[in-house]
Amino acid sequence: MRLTRLQKILWAAAGAATLAYGVLMVLPNRVPLETGVAFRPSFALPDAAGLQRTSQDFAGKYLLVFFGFTNCPDVCPTTLAEVAQVMDELGDDADLVQPLFISIDPERDRRLGLAEFTAAFHPSIIGLAGDEAQTRAAADSFRIYFAREDDAAAPDGYTMSHSPALYLIGPEGDWLRQFTYGTPAADILADLQSRL
Amino acid sequence: MKALILFAVLALPAAPVLACETFTLGDLTIEHAWSRATIGADRPGVFYVEIKNNGSADDALVGISTSAAGMPMLHETVVTDGIASMPHAMSIPVPAGQNVQLAPGGYHGMLMGLTTALKDGDSFPLTLTFQNAGDITVPVEVLSMRAEGPDCEHAGQ
Repeated sequence: MRLTRLQKILWAAAGAATLAYGVLMVLPNRVPLETGVAFRPSFALPDAAGLQRTSQDFAGKYLLVFFGFTNCPDVCPTTLAEVAQVMDELGDDADLVQPLFISIDPERDRRLGLAEFTAAFHPSIIGLAGDEAQTRAAADSFRIYFAREDDAAAPDGYTMSHSPALYLIGPEGDWLRQFTYGTPAADILADLQSRL
Repeated sequence: MKALILFAVLALPAAPVLACETFTLGDLTIEHAWSRATIGADRPGVFYVEIKNNGSADDALVGISTSAAGMPMLHETVVTDGIASMPHAMSIPVPAGQNVQLAPGGYHGMLMGLTTALKDGDSFPLTLTFQNAGDITVPVEVLSMRAEGPDCEHAGQ
């Protein structure tokens, strides 16, 4: 088939537009703002049963990591509900993905019950709650922020502010990307499926 | 085939209807009042709703009260520079001609001091207080912990 000059130009333009679109879609969220270099977050935190879990334990799996607190009525349930939907829709591939809920309010979360909270969303979600130093170390390693804020009107007189994104860690432990708060489950699912 | 389709339609779980009802207070219409199930009564519950101001004067939601919680408050989830915090909202503007949503990730009611655990399928009355329109009590439907909103045919969410 011979293409006319106009057809060639149009095909070239379409190709360039597709490439540009691809680059624009991939660039945001790909690397953390502070560095352009991939990094490997690590953690060592006990799960709800007290068993110590480290990042190395999950080698070979994709990790969906969320930092939150169980007393959080809005952001945390919304995100975990989306994670649950993603896990359901992954079907057989769900074995390759491990969702983690890391408590930034570990003392209270242990008291209120960590396992029943994560289980209410999805049985595959593992809740981790360490002591203050372990929690701070994990958050620093993921380069995320959390802080306790005194609020007389809040339950127990305080609430937590935190980075509400969901982080994707690769099978080799590399930080791959974040899904900003409010990313629809379908988008998270599509991203995971493109990697599995 | 037709019978199969009919069966499929009939076999659908009964759609929650309460949250799909519309309530009117003056120029305001209120719908999609829902909450999320809780584990026990120790953690705060949440309240979401959609308010439409069909009138020509601005109004504002200034408070909520309910027998289901000792201390219900209006809050707003704010994400600034990648950090989510949840400041108390003194009032939520309901401007003339506009539709305001209390929805996940934005304005919401925080139900502290729950008198009992909120269970999927339950409902409880909640009174909304508006600056100009006054009070209205609506039933709030409790959906599952995984719910992202009521499943209404006309739902805007």
